[in-house]
Amino acid sequence: MKYIQGKYIITGKEAIARNIYSFEISCPEAASLAVPGQFVHIRAAGHTLRRPISICGINREKGTLRIVFEIRGEGTELIAGLNKGGLIDMLAPLGHGFTLSPDFGKVILIGGGIGTPPMMPLAEYYGSKAIAISGFRNSSAAILQDDFKKTGAETILCTDDGSAGIHGFVTEPLKELLANGGIDAVYACGPMPMLKGVSALCRENGVFCEISLEERMACGIGACLGCACRTKRNDEEYFAHVCKDGPVFNAEEVLW
Amino acid sequence: MADLSVKVCGVDFKNPIIPASGVFGYGREYEEFFPLSELGGIATKGTTLHRRTGNLSPRIAETPAGMLNSVGLQNPGIDHFIETELPWLLTKDLTILANIAGSTPDECAEVAAKLDDTDVHMIELNISCPNVKQGGAAFGTSCDMAAEVTKRVRQATKKPLIVKLSPNVTSITDIAKAVEAAGADAVSLINTLLGMRIDINTRRPVLRNNVGGMSGPAVFPIAVRMVWQVANAVDIPVIGMGGVSSGRDAVELMMAGASAVQVGAAIFTDPYAPVKIVEEMNEFLDSKGIASVKDIIGTVQPW
Repeated sequence: MKYIQGKYIITGKEAIARNIYSFEISCPEAASLAVPGQFVHIRAAGHTLRRPISICGINREKGTLRIVFEIRGEGTELIAGLNKGGLIDMLAPLGHGFTLSPDFGKVILIGGGIGTPPMMPLAEYYGSKAIAISGFRNSSAAILQDDFKKTGAETILCTDDGSAGIHGFVTEPLKELLANGGIDAVYACGPMPMLKGVSALCRENGVFCEISLEERMACGIGACLGCACRTKRNDEEYFAHVCKDGPVFNAEEVLW
Repeated sequence: MADLSVKVCGVDFKNPIIPASGVFGYGREYEEFFPLSELGGIATKGTTLHRRTGNLSPRIAETPAGMLNSVGLQNPGIDHFIETELPWLLTKDLTILANIAGSTPDECAEVAAKLDDTDVHMIELNISCPNVKQGGAAFGTSCDMAAEVTKRVRQATKKPLIVKLSPNVTSITDIAKAVEAAGADAVSLINTLLGMRIDINTRRPVLRNNVGGMSGPAVFPIAVRMVWQVANAVDIPVIGMGGVSSGRDAVELMMAGASAVQVGAAIFTDPYAPVKIVEEMNEFLDSKGIASVKDIIGTVQPW
């Protein structure tokens, strides 16, 4: 079994920033299957398409998954209206996750805005070997900084307006860290311009880099071919699919 | 338990429910949820002579009670289907409708000829894809072109031939009659309706292809109307589809004249939709004391 669909109990709900919610969902089977970088596909009542949301936490002992998502439109607003104790219709876990290696000595996790949550399971895995760089519009949009610290990861916060942490983009501290050397891998999720910048820096420095992409999606499991993404495989252009081949891709494979 | 079996062009289906082409790939992804043998059949992903990469993303947009897609017939090509997908699918005990498409009548005929030597049960010829520049709906919106491509494919295969019709026409009954006269054994309808959405912040269409095919519950009443009109206009079986998302919808489409029913976008909302629809049809028939689903086909009593 790779993925399952059903209705699961929401065991925790918290508003962690303006329009950003954290849900804890009791789904032991999906939690036992899930790996960092995968996502869940959530039904919004009355809507034809499910909403893909990245997994922010995997707790196998408790049998729960955590998701953190932002209200972007009607569908995510309906999902945000679900309450603790209620049921959520979920198809999970989906997609191809991050490459994890116990041999990596130091890794950098980069999250931009609502691209930050999928970095959390990586922080749980790497602990103090990880440096989590997060970028947000401003201090009030910043999320998950304490969660990263709890895993033992070092945190670097950046904001576009300088209202917290470094005034600037995540690529600035990344550039410095890469220049200092000793980084075995970079993982990133966020807006496309950020991912492009991160990928370029990693290429220049010869550092392994994986990025998590998003695309408008229908089935979520690789059947409908809706979420195409231009990639390169064996030097040939190939339309991969974010839901099945991704959402995590090696940065070198992606055609920008 | 009512008898849910139907026969279309002499081909047996254990029940009338068939996942529609395009939503279901070649079936592999959905076998994680239920055995494919629970379905009456499968209409496989539209397949062309050569591999096609499809359109650029975004290919998907949501609409009220439905969606748009502009996948653009991305597929691995007919040889891959025959060598890799079909042998696996043939072990699954369900009726296989191989959906095919092409840029020219010759290409469609060549694909059909390749399938003629295989064990697929039926061929569904797509003359109605709204997302490709050549072929596709260009065949399906003119009676002459629809008849021409049907005739060429008819000559290329002895398999029962279903022609899948576009709703983006002035008179779907005229197209249906044209393909019937050209040798189609059945028609299936409706393919998606051409639609468009614009992001008002960027003034860009949501779909990279600008326009795309609309499906989902919003199109269901149009499907019912067109199935009813076509069933009254031709003497060949009609396979109905378009926005079916419940057993009641499937019953309604069969009463309108469909001999079998394809299910599309509903599968995105609920991957178990096709098997739930089978169960719901059975419950409906039992509750009405109807012994066989065949007894409801075309039984609408118009005013």
